[in-house]
Amino acid sequence: MAMRMPEPDGAILGASDQIVSDLRRLLPAQSVIASAEEMKAYESDGLTAYRQVPLVVVLPETTQQVAAVLKYCGQRGIKVVPRGAGTSLSGGALPLADGVLLGLGKFNRILEVDLDNRCVVAQPGVTNLRITEAVEDAGFYYAPDPSSQIACSIGGNVAENAGGVHCLKYGLTTNNLLGLELVTIDGEVLRIGGKHLDAEGFDILGLMTGSEGLLGVITEVTVRILRKPETARAVLLGFPDNAAAGDTVSAIIAAGIIPGGMEMMDRLAIHAAEDFVHAGYPLDVEALLIVELDGPQVEVDHLIERVLKIAKAKGASDVKVSESEAERLVFWAGRKAAFPAVGRISPDYYCMDGTIPRHKLPLVLTRMTEMSRKYGLRVANVFHAGDGNLHPLILYDANKPGELEAAEDFGSDILRLCVEVGGVLTGEHGVGVEKRDLMGTMFSEIDLKQQQRVKCAFDPSSLLNPGKVFPTLHRCAELGRMHIHQGKMPFPDLPRF
Amino acid sequence: MDTILPESAEEVAAAVEAAARDTRPLEVLGLGSKRGLGRSSNLAHCLDLSKLSGITLYEPEELVLTAGAGTPLADIEKAVAKKKQILAFEPPDLGALLGGPPGRGSIGGVLACNLAGPRRIKSGAARDHFLGVTAVSGRAEIFKAGGRVMKNVTGYDLMKLLAGSYGTLAAMTSVTFKVLPRPEKCYSVLVFGLDEAAALRAMTHALGSPHEVSGAAHLPAALAGGSEVPYVAEEKTSVTALRIEGPGPSVEHRTAALRKELADLGPTEELHSANSDILWREIRDVKAFQSDMERPIWRISVPPTEAPDVLSRLASGLPGMEYLLDWGGGLVWLALPPAPDAHCPKVRGAIEDAGGHATLLRAPQATRAAVQVFQPQPPALAALSLRLKESFDPLHLLNPGRMYQEV
Repeated sequence: MAMRMPEPDGAILGASDQIVSDLRRLLPAQSVIASAEEMKAYESDGLTAYRQVPLVVVLPETTQQVAAVLKYCGQRGIKVVPRGAGTSLSGGALPLADGVLLGLGKFNRILEVDLDNRCVVAQPGVTNLRITEAVEDAGFYYAPDPSSQIACSIGGNVAENAGGVHCLKYGLTTNNLLGLELVTIDGEVLRIGGKHLDAEGFDILGLMTGSEGLLGVITEVTVRILRKPETARAVLLGFPDNAAAGDTVSAIIAAGIIPGGMEMMDRLAIHAAEDFVHAGYPLDVEALLIVELDGPQVEVDHLIERVLKIAKAKGASDVKVSESEAERLVFWAGRKAAFPAVGRISPDYYCMDGTIPRHKLPLVLTRMTEMSRKYGLRVANVFHAGDGNLHPLILYDANKPGELEAAEDFGSDILRLCVEVGGVLTGEHGVGVEKRDLMGTMFSEIDLKQQQRVKCAFDPSSLLNPGKVFPTLHRCAELGRMHIHQGKMPFPDLPRF
Repeated sequence: MDTILPESAEEVAAAVEAAARDTRPLEVLGLGSKRGLGRSSNLAHCLDLSKLSGITLYEPEELVLTAGAGTPLADIEKAVAKKKQILAFEPPDLGALLGGPPGRGSIGGVLACNLAGPRRIKSGAARDHFLGVTAVSGRAEIFKAGGRVMKNVTGYDLMKLLAGSYGTLAAMTSVTFKVLPRPEKCYSVLVFGLDEAAALRAMTHALGSPHEVSGAAHLPAALAGGSEVPYVAEEKTSVTALRIEGPGPSVEHRTAALRKELADLGPTEELHSANSDILWREIRDVKAFQSDMERPIWRISVPPTEAPDVLSRLASGLPGMEYLLDWGGGLVWLALPPAPDAHCPKVRGAIEDAGGHATLLRAPQATRAAVQVFQPQPPALAALSLRLKESFDPLHLLNPGRMYQEV
C-alpha cells in the first residue's frame, strides 16, 4: 500500500552490521534480534495493512539499557520506533527500514501496589488488564478499559491516551495517570510526578500522554486506581431510528445523569453481533443503546428508572434491563465482540475512529449512508455515544482489486466529515501513519509547526518515531527561526534549535 | 505601567509582534486576581486580556463551553448554574487569600494556573477539563490545539502544557472546556477530635470505600473554630470532613454507611445541602488563612499517606504553624510565621523524601523575588522546561520569570 515514509538513510542501512554488533555490546544477547525471520513478528502492529521489517529489534530489560540504546542512537543519528504490545490501530509502532525497533515487552512487572495512596506503579509492558487483576481482590480497579485490554500495554496506553467504554464517567488514560519515568533520545532519564497529584512545572505528564512515541520512551508508569462500584446494571434500548437514539443520549445527559457507559450500535452492527454472540439484542430496530449505571444499588435502581422514562418518552421500542451480573455481561459481550462479529460477515474490515459533537450524529450517519452507496461498500457503526466517539467499520474484500483503496478513501471521507461538523480525526486510536496526511484538514500549518517545535524541545534531530503524526517533516533549525524586523535575540549564548 | 488592551486574537498577535520588535517582555494578565501568585517579575508592560470576554458557545447537552480567556469565572459559573451544571474541578477563588477582593478571577487565569478545589480527587484538575484552545505564542502566531469534543487524541495535548504554565508559553485568547451536571445533593460526614494520623486513616478509608467521596479534608481545632457552619465550629475540636454527592437516595444511603464505618474513630455528625456547601467553599478558598496577610502560605502536594510525617517534620521549630489538609491528605496548606525566606529550606526539606512539590502561594513581593516560588527542578527537567518555553516563546516575551528565573 502506498504510504510515504521518510526516505531510508543509505548510510545507516549500509552500517547495519556495525549497528547490530554495537547494540549487542550494550544489551544482553537475547535482547537484540537481527535475523529477518525473527524480525518478521515485528513488521506491523494492529494496522496490518502496513508492514516494514525494521533495521534491528531490541528488547531492553532495564531503564539503563533503554538509556544506553537511545543515547547510542541519538549520537549516531539512528531512528528509533518504540513499541509496546503492538496493538495500535493507527500504525503508531510501524517500523522503519533504517530504524531500531525498541520493544518494551520485557518491562512486564508490576512494581508496587499502594492501596492507601490508591495507585499502582508498573513497568510499561504490563497489560492494561493486569493492573486491574493486581488490585481486584482488594476491591479496586484501573478505570480506562480499551477493548484490547487483555493485550495492550499500559505504556502504549499512555503513548496513545487510550480510552474505553467507561471514559465518559471515569476519564481517559491522561486523567488517571500520576507519574512517569521516561528516557529522552539523548539518554537522559526523567521522572515526572509520582504518587501525588498534579506534577510540578509544565505538565509534561499531560503532554507525553497521547504523544505517540515521538517525545520519549516510557519506562515506568504510576496510575491511580479506583474502588469498584458496589454494583452495575445495564439497559438495552432499541429504537426505530438513529435520531431517537441520539436524542435519548442527549436527554439522559441533560437530566444530569452521567452513565458509567453509554454505547450505540447501528442495524448492521447489531445483527452481526447478535449472530455472533447471541446477546439477546432486538433485531427489528435501527439503533441500539446500551446504558450502564454503576454505584450503590439504591442509586443504580433510581437512575435506571429515570433512564427508562426518558427512553420511552423518546420512542424506545424495545427495553430490557439486566437482572443479574451474568445478564449484564451478556449485554456487553455483543458490543465488545462487535469488531470480530463484523469480521465474520466480511473478509476484511477497516476500523475508523473519529469524534463528533453528538448532536451531529443523524447528519453524519446520513452522509455515511450516501458515501457507502458511492463507494459500494457497507459500513457498520459502533459508537461511544456518551462522548461522541464514532467507530465506523468499513467492510471490504482485500482480494478484490481496488477495494482496499476504496475503503481507505471512504475512511478518509468519514474523517473529513467529522472535522467538517466540528469534530476531530481521532478520539482514541491515534494519528500514527494512518491519519497523518489528514492532519491538515484539522490544523493549519502554524498549528502543526507549533506542535513540531514541541517535539524539537525533546528530540531536535527528529529521531523518535519519525513519519508518524506529522504530514511534513521540518528541520528543527528551520522551525526555530523567528524573523523579527530589527529584532535581536536575548541570551545569545543559549543553544537553540 | 503601560497596558495593552487587545480585543481580538489578531490584536493580541499584533501586540506580541510589537513587543518582539523591541524585545519588550509582557506581563500576561487575565483579570489580575492572581497577580500576587508566582515569582515577582516586575514588568513594565502589560498584555491585559480582559476584553477577550464572553461565552461564545455553550451546549449543555454536549457538556461543552467556549469562552474568551478573559471571561470572568463568575459569569461562567452563573451561566452553567442556570442549566444545573458546574465546573467539576471546583475552581478555587484565591482572591481573598491573596489579599484582594473575592470573585474576580477569569477562566483563562484558572486554567493558566491549573487550579482545582476539593473535588480534584474525584473529578480531576482544571487540566483534565480543558478541551481546546486558541492562543498567541511568543512568536506572535495565533495557533489552536484540541477541539470541542470530549475524546480527542489528534496531535499533542497542548492544553495540558498551557494549563499550569502561568502565561509563560502563550497568551490564551479562547478556551473550550468540559462542564458536568451539578450533583443533585451534597452531604458531608464529620468526624470530630481526630489527630493527623487518625484523620488520615479516616480519609484513606473513605477514599478507598465504594461511597464515591468527592472531598476529604481535615481541619485542626483552631481552623474548625473559625467556620461559619455551627456544627463545625461549635465542637471546639478538630473536624475531619468527607463529602458525598449525587442523586438524593444514593447520597442518603452512602452517608449513613460511611458514618457507620467511621463511628469507631470518634463522634460523627452529618451536614446537609447549604451547610455542606459552605464548609467546602471555606476549604476550597482556604478561608482560614485569609487573615494575617504577613504570614507566608505554602501549598504542598504529596502522596496522601506522607502528610502526617511531613507535618511532624515541620511542626518542630515552627511555632504558630497552622495547616489544613485537603485531597485526603494529598494537599497540605500551611500558614507559617513571617520570615524573609518564608521558611523555604525547611518546607522543601520536609517533603524531600516524601515526593511531591511545594509552592509558595502567598508571600510579600520581596520574598517571592528572593526564593524559588515553585518547586526547583532537577537539571535535566529544568533544561527541558527551558526548551519547551523557547519552543513557544524564543524571545522570552511572555511572563518571563513568573515560574522560574530562566523560564
